[in-house]
Amino acid sequence: MKLAVCIYEGPYNHEASDSAYNFIKAAIAKGHEIRGIFFYHDGVYNVTRLMEPPQDDRHIANRWSELGATGIDIVVCIAAAKRRGIVDEVLVPNVRISGLGQLTMMAIEAERMVIFGD
Amino acid sequence: MSEESKKKIMFTVRKPPHGTIYVYEGLEVKLIMAAYDADISVVFMDDGVYALKAGQDTKELGIKGFEATYGVLVDYEIQKVFVDRQSMEERGLTEEDLLVIGEDEDTEEPIRPRMVDSAEIAAMMAQQHNILSF
Repeated sequence: MKLAVCIYEGPYNHEASDSAYNFIKAAIAKGHEIRGIFFYHDGVYNVTRLMEPPQDDRHIANRWSELGATGIDIVVCIAAAKRRGIVDEVLVPNVRISGLGQLTMMAIEAERMVIFGD
Repeated sequence: MSEESKKKIMFTVRKPPHGTIYVYEGLEVKLIMAAYDADISVVFMDDGVYALKAGQDTKELGIKGFEATYGVLVDYEIQKVFVDRQSMEERGLTEEDLLVIGEDEDTEEPIRPRMVDSAEIAAMMAQQHNILSF
C-alpha cells in the first residue's frame, strides 16, 4: 500500500515522532511504499541539525535524515517552519522545505495518510 | 477530472480553536488544498465546534483571529462544511450560534455549516480517500 505520514509534534517532548518513525520502519519492512513524510506544526523541529542529544539517546534528526537518504521524500512545511525559525541552513541532509501543496499531493496520491500527534 | 473520480479528502477539526495552533494551521491547509482538484469536506466535532462560534474576539489573547477566514470558506469553494449535532448540544450551542461561511450566489442567503448526526459523519468518513485531523 502507498502510505503518507504526517507528523505534528516536535521531537523528544512527545512520542509522536518516535511512533511515526517506528511505524514507517515497520511499514517498509512489510513491503509498503512510503509516498512521503510531512512535518507540520511543531513537527518542523524534528529535522534541525542544531539538535545535540546526549550520546546514549537516539538522535531523532539523524534518524529522519537516514530515512531520507533511502529516497523517501521528507518535506517540512515552509509556513510552519518560517514561524518557528526553521530554515534551509539548519536542516539535516535529505529533507527539504516546501509548501502545503506537497502535503496535498501526498494526500491525493497515497492510499492512506497516517497522522501522528495530538 | 469528473466529480466521481476526484479524490475525497476530509478534514476533521476536533480541538478548540485557541490555546494551541492546530486549528489555525489546519485552516491554512484547507485553503491551500481547496486550490487542488479534490473533493474537500470539513467536519467540526468535539471542542472543534467552538471554532465555528460566531463573535469570536482574540484581541485579549494577543493573537491573530481567524473567524473572518472561516467566513469566506465558500469563496474558497469549500462548501461541504459539517458540524456534529451531538458535540453542539453537549456544549449548549445551537445553529444560531454558528458563524456564516459565505452566501448563496443566487439568493444571497447566508450559508452556515450544516448540522449532521454522528451516523451521517461516520457514513461520510467511510467514503473518504484520506482524512486529515486537526
